[in-house]
This record gives sequence, C-alpha cells and structure tokens, in this order.
Amino acid sequence: MTSSMMIFYLLAALLVLSSLMVVFQRNVVHCAMALVAALFLIAILFVTLQAAMVGVLQILVYAGAIMVLFLFVIMLLNPTALEPRRGLSWGFGMLVALLLAGALAALVSHNEAPADPFAATELFGAPESLAKSLFTDFVLPFEIASVLLLIAIVGAVVLAKREHN
Amino acid sequence: MVPLNHYLILSAAIFAIGVVGVVIRRNLIVVLMSIELMLNAVNLTFIAFSRFLGSMEGQVVVFFVMAVAAAEAVVGLAIIISVFRHRQSLDPQEMQLLKW
Amino acid sequence: MTDVNLVPLLPATQVLLTALVVLLLDLFYQEGEKGLLAWVSLLGLALCAGETLFLWGSQESAFGDAVMLDNFALFFTQIFLGAAALTILSSVHYIRQAEIHEGEFYALVLFATTGMILMAAAKDLIVFFLALETMSIAVYILTGIWRASGRSSEAAMKYFLMGAFATGFLLYGIALIYGATGSTHLNEISNYLIESPEDWPPYLIGGALLLLVGFAFKVGAVPFHFWVPDVYEGAPTPVTGFMSVAVKAAAFAAWARILMHQLAPLDSDWAFPLWVLAIITMTLGNLLAISQASVKRMLAYSSIAHAGYLLVALVVGEEWGGLPLLFYLLTYAFMAFGAFAVITALAETEQSPEDYRDFSGLGFKHPFLGMAMTLFMLSLAGFPPLAGFAGKFYVFRSAVLSGHLALAIIGVLNSLLSVIYYLRVIVAMYMEEGGAEGKSFRQAPYLYIAIGLAALGTLYLGILPARALEWSRVAFLSLD
Repeated sequence: MTSSMMIFYLLAALLVLSSLMVVFQRNVVHCAMALVAALFLIAILFVTLQAAMVGVLQILVYAGAIMVLFLFVIMLLNPTALEPRRGLSWGFGMLVALLLAGALAALVSHNEAPADPFAATELFGAPESLAKSLFTDFVLPFEIASVLLLIAIVGAVVLAKREHN
Repeated sequence: MVPLNHYLILSAAIFAIGVVGVVIRRNLIVVLMSIELMLNAVNLTFIAFSRFLGSMEGQVVVFFVMAVAAAEAVVGLAIIISVFRHRQSLDPQEMQLLKW
Repeated sequence: MTDVNLVPLLPATQVLLTALVVLLLDLFYQEGEKGLLAWVSLLGLALCAGETLFLWGSQESAFGDAVMLDNFALFFTQIFLGAAALTILSSVHYIRQAEIHEGEFYALVLFATTGMILMAAAKDLIVFFLALETMSIAVYILTGIWRASGRSSEAAMKYFLMGAFATGFLLYGIALIYGATGSTHLNEISNYLIESPEDWPPYLIGGALLLLVGFAFKVGAVPFHFWVPDVYEGAPTPVTGFMSVAVKAAAFAAWARILMHQLAPLDSDWAFPLWVLAIITMTLGNLLAISQASVKRMLAYSSIAHAGYLLVALVVGEEWGGLPLLFYLLTYAFMAFGAFAVITALAETEQSPEDYRDFSGLGFKHPFLGMAMTLFMLSLAGFPPLAGFAGKFYVFRSAVLSGHLALAIIGVLNSLLSVIYYLRVIVAMYMEEGGAEGKSFRQAPYLYIAIGLAALGTLYLGILPARALEWSRVAFLSLD
C-alpha cells in the first residue's frame, strides 16, 4: 500500500465518520461542527486530486461563509430542545441508506478506470487555468450565477427582514 | 495513485448519508445541512472525474455548484427564519403542511 | 472568441433587464403608488414577446453552442411570457390585499421567467442546471412571499427542501454523465452516444436515471409528487397558477430537449420506468383528486394527473410525441391558469376560500366567474370542443399510432374518471344553495381581464387548433 493510498483511506474514514455525525448527532451545533469538519476533509481530498484552487474556495466559501451563516441562524433561533428519537423512522432511514449506498456503489464501481490517469500538467487545477475556463468557455454560466446570487439576496431580504410595524 | 473507483464509492457513500439525513431528521436546519452534504458528495465526484479525464470542466462546474449551494443556503435559512416566526419550532411534525 | 453572438440571449436579457428596472423603480415609489410597476413589467414582457415573433424561425447558437435559439426555445419562451403576464395581471389586486411587497413580487416573477427561458434554450447541462436553479430559487421565494400567512412560509419550506433534494439527484446525474462522456455539452454527449454505441460505462445509465428522478421530482410525477398538494395549497394562489403552468412547462421543455432529444440513444434504458411512471402518475393523481375537500388541493392533484398525460407523450418518444407534448402544454397553460385565477377571484374571508362550498351559488351571483370556471373545468376534463379535448386527443392519438395502445386506453379511462371531480365544481356553482362571495369586476378589473384572456385561449385552441398545432410541429422539428 502506497502512502497516497494510506492518506486517502485515512481521509475517507474521517469523512464518513464526520458525515455520519452530521446526520446522527442530536445537538444542532454539534451537527454544524461535524459538517465543518466534513467540508474541510473534502477540501483536502480536492487538493489530492490536483484541484488546489477549488479546495481553497471550498474552505473560503463553505467553511468560511456558508457555515458561519448556519451558525448565525442557529444562534438567532436558539432551538435548545434536542430532537426526540423516532425508532421507526431511524430504522427506515438506515434501510434507505444501505439500499441507496449499495445501488450507487454498484453503479459506479463496475468501470474500468484508466490505471494511469492523464499526466496532469502543472497548470492543471491552478488558478490561471480555472480562470481561463471560467471567462471563456463558461462565461455564460458565470453570468447566470451572478443573476442567481442577486435573486438570493432579494429573497433573503424579502423573507427574513423584520417588518417595521 | 488512488484509483477513480475509490473516490466514486466514497462520494456515493457520502451522498447516501446526506439522503438519510434529509429523510430522518426532524430539525429543518439539519435537513438543510444534509442537503449541503449531498451537494458536496457530488462535487467530489466532479473533481475526481475531472482529474481522471484530464479536463478542467469538472472543476469549473464545482465552482458553480458552490455558488448555487450558497444561494440555496441563504434562501433556505431565510425561509427557516420566516417559518420559525410563525411556529416557534423547527420540527416539521409540528406544522400543518410540512409533515412527511 | 472574438465575435460573441448575443442574439440567442435577447429574450432572456430583455426579461432580466425588466426585472432589474422594476427592482430599482421600486425604491422610488411609496407603498400604495406602486401600480406603475405592474405596467412596467407587462411592457417588458410585451417587448420580449415582440422579439420572439421577430426572431421566429432563427436557428442561432452562441457561447460555444451552450445556448440555442430555435423555434423550440421561442415557442416555450412565448408560453412563459404569457404565463408571467397573466400571473402579474391576476395578482395586482391580490398582493395589495395580502400586503405582499409589490416590487419584489413582480421582479421575482420576471427573474423566474428569465430562468425558464434559459432552461428551454440550454444546450449545456451546466447552463441548464444554473437556469433551473435561477427559476427554482425565485419560485421558492415567491411561494413564501406572503409573510403574514403561516401556510405560505411552510409551503415555501417544503417546496425548498424537496426542490433542493431533487437538485442533489439531478446534479449527481449530471456528474455521472460528465464522467462517462467527458463533457457537459449536450452536442458532445450525443456525439459520444452515437459514435460508441453500447460501449457505455454503467454509470452513464445511472446518471441518466438520476437525471430522470430529478425531472420527475420537478414535474411532480408519482412517486415524487408528495410535495405538490401542500405546496400548491399553501402558496399564494396567483403563484400556484404560475407554478402549475410555467414551472411545469419549463421542466418539460428541458426534459424534451435533453432526455427525449439529445440523449435519445439511451431511450431503451428508461422506456420502461417512464412507462410505469406515466401510468401511476395519471391514475394516482386522478384517484386522489376525487377525495379532496378543497378545490385548490383538487387542482393540485389534477395537475399531477395532467403531468401523467404529458409523460405519455414523452414515453411515445420523439417521432410521434413531440407535437402533442408541446401542444398539450400550450392548452394546459390556459385552462389551468384560468382555474387558479377564478379561485383568486373568490372574496377573502378569515380562511382562504377554496373549498367546494365556497363555490356554491357562484354561478348565479357572479355569472362571468361561473361561466369561466365551467369552461375551465370542462376543458380540464377533456370535453370537446375545448382546448383540453384537443390536447388530450393528440396525446392519445400519438400513443395509439406509435403502438402504445395500453397507455392510450388507461389514459382515456383516467380522463373519464377525472370528470367526476371537475363536474363537482360545476354542480356546486349551479345546483347548490350557498353564499359564495366573489370579488366584483370593479374591485379587481385586471383579474377579470386575465380570466377572460385565459377563457378566450381555451376556446380558441379548442375550436381552431390548426395554427397552434402547426406552431408546435415547427417548434419541435427545429431541434437539431
């Protein structure tokens, strides 16, 4: 077993563990913390896949911005009560999980992956090449994404703003 | 080098865990977190394929998925706040229309 | 990349600019004098409609074939524009009464329309995905925009969670298709499918099936329908009309372009699941609609059933199903929108008036509303010579001609079943005593205009469908 394999298995085990904690912890704040850990681990996995720039964005955008928003809302609403356990639906949930995981794993695992992937150049995954794709081939989606963010801003204001009266 | 397969199975597992969270949790904020987890699993699939196909496209897509996830989180949390104002609860079972 | 062709984006840009203008103008007017905003929105939509007529017949692509402006896109753009315009007309009075912020409401309708227009034109899965999200997020907000109503917020929550959940599946599907074909571009994907037939990795099929699940969620097909009744019930009624007409049309537009046309080589893999989906969607939608006490919920289930009839056209496939699909969506737009607009026209009491008994006696008290609702109900049930009959006729005819006799028979039987609950509304309006209250013409003139337009459309498409059929045919043939 090579060192890269060992690193992968370590990251994968931690990722699965933290994802399970997101779903099965009863305290919301603990869930949020586990999610931060999961997002961080995914960012590291991105780096091992030569997507350093995306990994950095992952930490900045997800762990930095989105998770802070989550924690902010948790503090604002302060839902102290722990969720009641529901025996039946937890069992049902596990069943769904196993079935879905099995189906997905079966779907993705039959492929004959190229043993030696494309020798990536140094530029692969670098900010330059990402930016170049973004502003040439993908300039239209980029503009649509800006509209999307504008809508989200308008929506957040309309839905969450306190009325004056 | 870790084979592509491993990454795909890992992200399938994370996706499935996210789905379970959506199905069983009774706290709207955690349900939203589980959806974020699902999107992240998909991102991992994209990045893995991008590396093994040698195409930057997958990485750019992840950039857009992050933008979408951010927009969804903002709107979702705003809706959660407005629901909370009416019901003082985050448990879907205590609401009229949200039961499932 | 020196010369960028912006023509294919013209309709979407027009609507987007209108939305931005409305959003900005909103800042300069006080509450109570914002009537102008509706007119600005309608003007923008009318300009865009003019552009679509002018551009009819063009076949332009841009941004490396990421969007395609063909008759197919233009046909759907016209449906979206019509639905948006009718929604705005029918909500002028409603949102003032419910104290919904006018500027944001109109702007969000326009933003959603922008997303829909791009969805119908998208030739790249990423453009499609972002356009879908643009539409969906705007509609989530519209669903919850009536802040005084707890039901509106809850409906928005449910819609949002189910929508985001479906987005996850859709995106996973896109990821697997990208992995298998090496591209998100539909032309390259279909080239790959044609050039290397049958030599596909299993996750390509998996990706296509996940995409199918995502779409089934969006159109509300059984068994992914459970959010539909609650969301339709809780949303402000004009928004419900917009959802049932425009959002559904947009989802079917993308479905037709992406799955039915571009990924056609994968047909054999989803033909059977789709066949099952069509049958259970029609049947369950109709059976559940019968037992509802609320007309709004009944219409929600009936919209599920209509999604089932539309799925029949998708099962039938490109060769026969294209024209009926487009024509049916056009006819459905008028009749479904009209039905929801009549509910909007019922007077507000403490509870939202949407039960059958809120309709009792309406036919005598408000003859126009009664007549219009009768027309829409008969059309939805599929009585000739109304639009609904023509739509169903061509869908079931295509099923028979392409050899899907069982589907056609089940469809017709379902259609007969649906008569029960549509007639119940008419019976309540004309044969039951009751104190139905409606808004008078003087109270809500624009709403009456919207209902009138929808009724005219329903009659016109039923009696003289030839021109619309020709449009649908030309539109579907323009897919390349």
